Amino acid sequence: MSPGPSVVPLPYSPDQVEQHLGADWSSVMLSAYRWMVLGRTLDARMQALQRQGRVGFYGAATGHEAVNVAAGLATRPEDWIVPGLREQLSALVRGHSLETYTHHLFADDRDPARGRNMPCHPTAREVHYVSMSSVIGTQIPHAVGLAFALRSRSDAGVALAFFGDGATSANDFHAALNFAGDLRLPVLFCCANNQWAISVPVSRQTAAPSLASKATAYGFAGTRVDGTDFVAVYGHLRSALAEIRAGHGPFLLEFVVYRMTPHSSSDDPKRYQPPTWNDEAAAHDPVTRLESWLVTNHLLPADERARVFTEAEASVRAAIEAAEGTPPPNPGSLTEDVYSPHVSAASSGVP
Amino acid sequence: MTELTLVQAVNRGLQEAMRADSDVLVLGEDVGVNGGVFRATEGLFKEFGAERVIDTPLSETGIVGTAIGMALYGLKPIAEIQFLDFIYPAFDQIVSELAKFRYRSGGQYPCHVVIRTPYGGGIRGGLYHSQSTEAYFCHTPGLKVVVPSTPADAKGLLLTAVHDEDPVLFLEPKRIYRSVTGEVPEGDVRVPFGVARTVREGTDVSLYAYGAMVPPTVEAAETLAADGISAEVIDLRSLVPLDEAAVIASVEKTGRAVVVHEAARFCGYGGEIAALLAEKAFYSLKAPIARVTGYDTPFPYALENLYLPNAQTIAHAARATARAT
Repeated sequence: MSPGPSVVPLPYSPDQVEQHLGADWSSVMLSAYRWMVLGRTLDARMQALQRQGRVGFYGAATGHEAVNVAAGLATRPEDWIVPGLREQLSALVRGHSLETYTHHLFADDRDPARGRNMPCHPTAREVHYVSMSSVIGTQIPHAVGLAFALRSRSDAGVALAFFGDGATSANDFHAALNFAGDLRLPVLFCCANNQWAISVPVSRQTAAPSLASKATAYGFAGTRVDGTDFVAVYGHLRSALAEIRAGHGPFLLEFVVYRMTPHSSSDDPKRYQPPTWNDEAAAHDPVTRLESWLVTNHLLPADERARVFTEAEASVRAAIEAAEGTPPPNPGSLTEDVYSPHVSAASSGVP
Repeated sequence: MTELTLVQAVNRGLQEAMRADSDVLVLGEDVGVNGGVFRATEGLFKEFGAERVIDTPLSETGIVGTAIGMALYGLKPIAEIQFLDFIYPAFDQIVSELAKFRYRSGGQYPCHVVIRTPYGGGIRGGLYHSQSTEAYFCHTPGLKVVVPSTPADAKGLLLTAVHDEDPVLFLEPKRIYRSVTGEVPEGDVRVPFGVARTVREGTDVSLYAYGAMVPPTVEAAETLAADGISAEVIDLRSLVPLDEAAVIASVEKTGRAVVVHEAARFCGYGGEIAALLAEKAFYSLKAPIARVTGYDTPFPYALENLYLPNAQTIAHAARATARAT
């Protein structure tokens, strides 16, 4: 995790950072760093546990941390996060407990969703984090409906819809952006473009010059942002949210990031990624980019950096220890939380 | 009581539900200024305005997906899909999202959504304005599926749907939107889900039908009566949940069963009724269960009268079933 010579530096003076982040810029950056390290630590530990067969599945967000943490920090409690695939860290930043999330990863009896969804598909209504399916793009119209509801009740808040580059080709992307533009709703569309839809590169996803440019077709603006530059991500989120709160309708942000892991624990990117990819991704590692800037600007002394890592390791370890001893969901929960009038023992062939 | 057509009863139900609860709203194609292509939402735009009667862009997945998002926040949207035949762009939203949200979220996100849609043939609508594909949706756990056949049931079932915190697919038999009239109670009189209606009592054979198949089934029962065969007609009204007790009780009385639907036969809803009777009323049966259904072909334009069950084909099957030894 120490910044190597190949890391692309964040090109800001402290004054410029203040312009993007506001008066409390240094505490925002340090808080962001701690969360990003936590996310990175969790990903590393859980991928190892998946390899050991201790959790069934894991989808890492390594490389997406700047986007996820900035979304957690730049939003307000009244905002809503409609996740796409890799935004779990946003839920944690917004206050969802790491221990509860880890119960979800272990799909155990203390998972609030009773182990029904695959790992990395948490539900956290207490922080306005919506439940996700594994279907690509279907969540985007949900943010439109949430935004409509916010406006119709005259409630403050913005709905943030997250999705990947692949989802911009799906039906629901078009339907949702079109509805949001037509109804002028308070929605922020956030595309986490990690440049790969499993094995298909974004260059094969569309002939459009950028994913952000697609907003034009729906009557609003879109901007492409370096999603590995925390300062840029936070600054663009902050200004887009302010515009939307002022009633100026929807906006699309495309965050270009580098997927630094396989698509999921079931994927082997050596089959399709060029050999240069890992080096290119490492040069754009959002954690080391931020860390390097903090070190260079004397905001992260060595002992503080060590403490951030120690604390992240300790909290992840404690959450795993709590979860791993928890029994699986009660069999009775199979038929709860769904209307199932005709369920009977006969469903499983038991007379 | 007021004498209304079936589509007027739907309209009345929507109006009363919207007056009673400001969280109830309507969205869909042509539902606003135009009042819906069948006029089911007539007058609502004028009374409730564009924020509660929303003319959406033309996208069924957008309509249902947006309705889901509204419901996640706590609104009670009623989405109109102009024809059941056009619902498939929203199929993913319905089966992957709407039906599963409450389950996958451990109850944190119920989806209080009603989807209303006209279905069925007999209006010279051809392949894409005539289909009866309820079985796709009945097969998806998490959805409720109801089909009225009278104006009173149209309003009463709709009010129950609007007050149900789970998603409901409300199928409207457009063939009898205006051909059936009846007394409809004023006010919040709800018809519960999962309760079949005995339209006509009988002792020799049980005829099960729903939606637009109820009138020809009743007509068939009248024909059979002239032949000395006493047919019982059960209007299922609610496909999910199914009133299993009523279905079984009728066959325990008659020993003979005919299931009628206009949908194609193979893997149709009639198969579920037949399976239920085979599992739970086998020893009451005196004859094989018969099905009178649409053909296992796409829905035809010119030959729709041949395709659809009618009083003659229903009576023919019922007579054979009643006399089988």
